[in-house]
Amino acid sequence: MFESGLESSEKAELNDLNYTMYMRKIVKSFYTGTPHELEILHSIDLFVKKGEFVSIVGQSGSGKSTLMNIIGGLDRPTSGKYLLEGVDMGKLNANQLSDIRNKKIGFVFQTFNLIPRSSALRNVELPMLYAGVGSAERKTKAQELLAMLGMRNRMNHLPSELSGGQKQRVAIARSLANDPAIILADEPTGALDTKTGRMVMDIFHKLHERQKKTIILITHNDTLAEETERILTIEDGHIVTEKATEKIS
Amino acid sequence: MGDLIYLKENLLIAWEGIVSNKVRALLTMLGIIIGIGAVIAIVTVGNAMADSVSESMSKLGVTNVLVALQNKNSTDIGLSFLSGSLTESDLISDDMIEKYSELFKDNIEAISLSNVGGAGQAGDGKSYANVTLLGVNEGYETANNVSMLEGRFIRENDLKSRRYVAVVSDKFVNNLFPSNPDCLGKEIKIDTSGSIQTFTIIGVYQYEPPMMATSVAASDKELRTFLYIPISTVNMITSADEGYLAITVNSKSNINMSKFSTDTRDFFNAYYTKNPKFEVSAISLDSMLSIVSDVMGTLSVAVSVIAGISLVVGGIGIMNIMLVSVTERTKEIGMRKALGARNLSIQIQFIVEAVIVSGLGGIIGALLGFGLGFIGSSLLGHPKFPSVGIIVISVLFSMLIGIFFGFYPANKAANLEPVEALRYE
Repeated sequence: MFESGLESSEKAELNDLNYTMYMRKIVKSFYTGTPHELEILHSIDLFVKKGEFVSIVGQSGSGKSTLMNIIGGLDRPTSGKYLLEGVDMGKLNANQLSDIRNKKIGFVFQTFNLIPRSSALRNVELPMLYAGVGSAERKTKAQELLAMLGMRNRMNHLPSELSGGQKQRVAIARSLANDPAIILADEPTGALDTKTGRMVMDIFHKLHERQKKTIILITHNDTLAEETERILTIEDGHIVTEKATEKIS
Repeated sequence: MGDLIYLKENLLIAWEGIVSNKVRALLTMLGIIIGIGAVIAIVTVGNAMADSVSESMSKLGVTNVLVALQNKNSTDIGLSFLSGSLTESDLISDDMIEKYSELFKDNIEAISLSNVGGAGQAGDGKSYANVTLLGVNEGYETANNVSMLEGRFIRENDLKSRRYVAVVSDKFVNNLFPSNPDCLGKEIKIDTSGSIQTFTIIGVYQYEPPMMATSVAASDKELRTFLYIPISTVNMITSADEGYLAITVNSKSNINMSKFSTDTRDFFNAYYTKNPKFEVSAISLDSMLSIVSDVMGTLSVAVSVIAGISLVVGGIGIMNIMLVSVTERTKEIGMRKALGARNLSIQIQFIVEAVIVSGLGGIIGALLGFGLGFIGSSLLGHPKFPSVGIIVISVLFSMLIGIFFGFYPANKAANLEPVEALRYE
């Protein structure tokens, strides 16, 4: 009875508030070889509306990365419910999860994770390739995205020929390739100097303000977090504080 | 299916991977290159050898049966070395041959007998020419396809009377009588191992270079040709035993060769039932050809086995390098998965890479085999190119090796957990 009551309230929340991301009672535990499981995330509730710019802050070991992996569909929660644009992520097989990552999530990593042997253009094309987009369309879209990020003159360069800031711009272009529901940025400025980091943050602000992108920024840097609309602080596998900043409009 | 449509992209991705590591790719291909190259080269050279052998054989005459002494219980078929001391009574005698030719006169065209009388020089006092003295009978001409240019060959009467007559080659005439080639009836002196004999030239035959030259004379002037004289004369000069180690029987062309060979062998062996050491074998061209093709068959099986081992080793090399490549690119695989690559896409990517490496190895190997085969067969005097079929098959086969040995590493890559793979440093 309680369960079904929860189900209907979930649906109500989804309909009323139009959540892009809905997480309820997410638990993640690891088998450590002993009968005792290591529980990393304890009953996390997390809701993100369409067009929000949210940051998740936490020290290393807080469970921040584990939460990010679950949000990104790279890992599955041990229990709990996770809906991404209404799709129940708990019910998907590996291939379906691949497709969700491909179409609904745009990853930006701290270490850029570009393919070293492929040009900037081909790196941006990659998610579209896996989505089955035709070659000509892929190329046009990738060129547009790179141009938008000021990388018009660097399209045919290999990652090794690019600076850190340029690499991260290629990675952001790549994250936008399939027009995802959320952009998941994991310490995107962590490997960059302050000035370049600033530039990358400005890009995220522009994407948020002008293109109404939903962005989840994962960071341990409180200053950067202050720039977002809402800060969730995670500690020992719990969300301990949730703070709306004055940024909210 | 969507994954297969983007095969072209996979080819490009794989190509980028190979180009960025050229030396490694080449070393990986080496096993395949050697295997495929060896197969194609050996098959091509083998074909040339078979051609060369059958050409030689047909020059010898399709209707010849070689009757030769061999050791009893010999496992060799035909042309074997004799062991044990040989006395005159062991040899094939004129008496046996006479009875044999009487009994099989309907089957026999000619019986060729020959006996080497030594090598030396022949001259007319002014100039000289190198010769090998070969005592022959009248049947030698037919059995060995000697083509006469002038005069006549050795006849039965020459043998009976043990005449000092000689049939010489056209090269010999050129060397000895360059200004006056009309030499029939002229006398020449032949110096063999100290004794000098005088012969009268009764005929000139056309010189045929040997089928498989083992050494090449420095010039025509030094060329050593056969000088045919009656076999009875040779035996008298060298005081050799009466009898023969081997005779060649030239049969009529319309008979059953294998039956004739068997009958011939049985006839002669009747004389050898009590001989403790020797018996007689009779080999026709048919059986020689089958011996040759047996040898070639064994050879090509051996080569195929070696090539097969090389290909398997090459395949393991590919598997090994692919496993290294998967480990090296764990993070990239994780990232591709994060970007939405399905397991199958990753699997295809790595299999395509393995197939490109092995296929390229196959193509390079085929080119190598093509070149070596051509050079080898040219050296044998029968230049040959390998057939398109064998090249296509070997390239396809090497690609199959790529699929087979690439499958396990590709599977390993495809089944990596994205989280684990992304965390890999």
